[in-house]
Amino acid sequence: MARKKKKVPGLNSSSTADISFILLIFFLVTTSMDTDMGLARRLPQPPEPNQEDAQIDVKERNVLNVRLNAAGNLMVNHDFIDIAQLRARAKEFIENRNNSAKLPERHAKVIDLLGTCYVTDKHVISVQTDRGTPYNIYFQVQNELVAAYNELRDDLAIAKFGYPYARCSEDQQVAIRTYYPQKISEAEPKNYGGN
Amino acid sequence: MNTSSLPDLIFTILFFFMIVTTMREVTLKVKFTVPSGTELEKLEKKSCVSFIYVGPPTDQLRAQMGSGTRIQLNDRYAEPREVMDFVAQERTTMPDPASQVMSMKIDQRTQMGIITDIKEVLRKSWALRINYSATRRN
Repeated sequence: MARKKKKVPGLNSSSTADISFILLIFFLVTTSMDTDMGLARRLPQPPEPNQEDAQIDVKERNVLNVRLNAAGNLMVNHDFIDIAQLRARAKEFIENRNNSAKLPERHAKVIDLLGTCYVTDKHVISVQTDRGTPYNIYFQVQNELVAAYNELRDDLAIAKFGYPYARCSEDQQVAIRTYYPQKISEAEPKNYGGN
Repeated sequence: MNTSSLPDLIFTILFFFMIVTTMREVTLKVKFTVPSGTELEKLEKKSCVSFIYVGPPTDQLRAQMGSGTRIQLNDRYAEPREVMDFVAQERTTMPDPASQVMSMKIDQRTQMGIITDIKEVLRKSWALRINYSATRRN
């Protein structure tokens, strides 16, 4: 005997599309797609309240003075240079490959994984801005300086471990950071070179 | 025409947008074009990030507020010294205040004076990890 087929009553779902459209539009309006990226920096700790303005004595050869004036001109030590040249200049300064007497002093340091190395970890890059310096110029300078460090770290990582810094293990990264510590100091802005 | 798969389709798009986008937290009162750089890092741990916006007022608000550089914290304009309260207040809402990051979205043409003032206040309030927001450039 043929069994009679039982019909399931269909649910009217014609409005589901409209509902989901409304939800979609709601999300489109209230959210933004921007992926947040940026140049990460670390500020120095605040000075102690009773601390004297003690000048830490730094040898002249260990300092790279980067000055920016209100017009956006860049001066490194005593030369006016272009932002495009800054990276090479900073790399030369940090690395001091030929142990030049004008570039930061190198001294022996024992680093885990790397052994005894001659490092220039006493160097300081001092960035000084004017109150009128455009932010874009300042940002590009910071970007170039960080790029100089990153390139040096990558070179070292490839030479020692065979792959770039980003692919190194935690310990290897620490060793490389000890070899090339990032030392960018920012002095109080001065008002020179006009307003 | 058979439109029975339409809801599924739209739901898929909906889920896509829910995953890749983030909720807009504030209405912007300043306009800014962030600089572009090459050495950028992604902001991790969204819950530990607070935003500081710096730039000229938007076109609608320019008539009342002028065109000078302004700082925006949450939904209003603020002075540099108010950043300290903002940092403290943001810290209370964070699961891990030690890893607080201040993301600074600053217009390219801003002069460094106001930025230095903000940085000085951030230092005093021990918000030392900062991030200059930027777009990637090749």
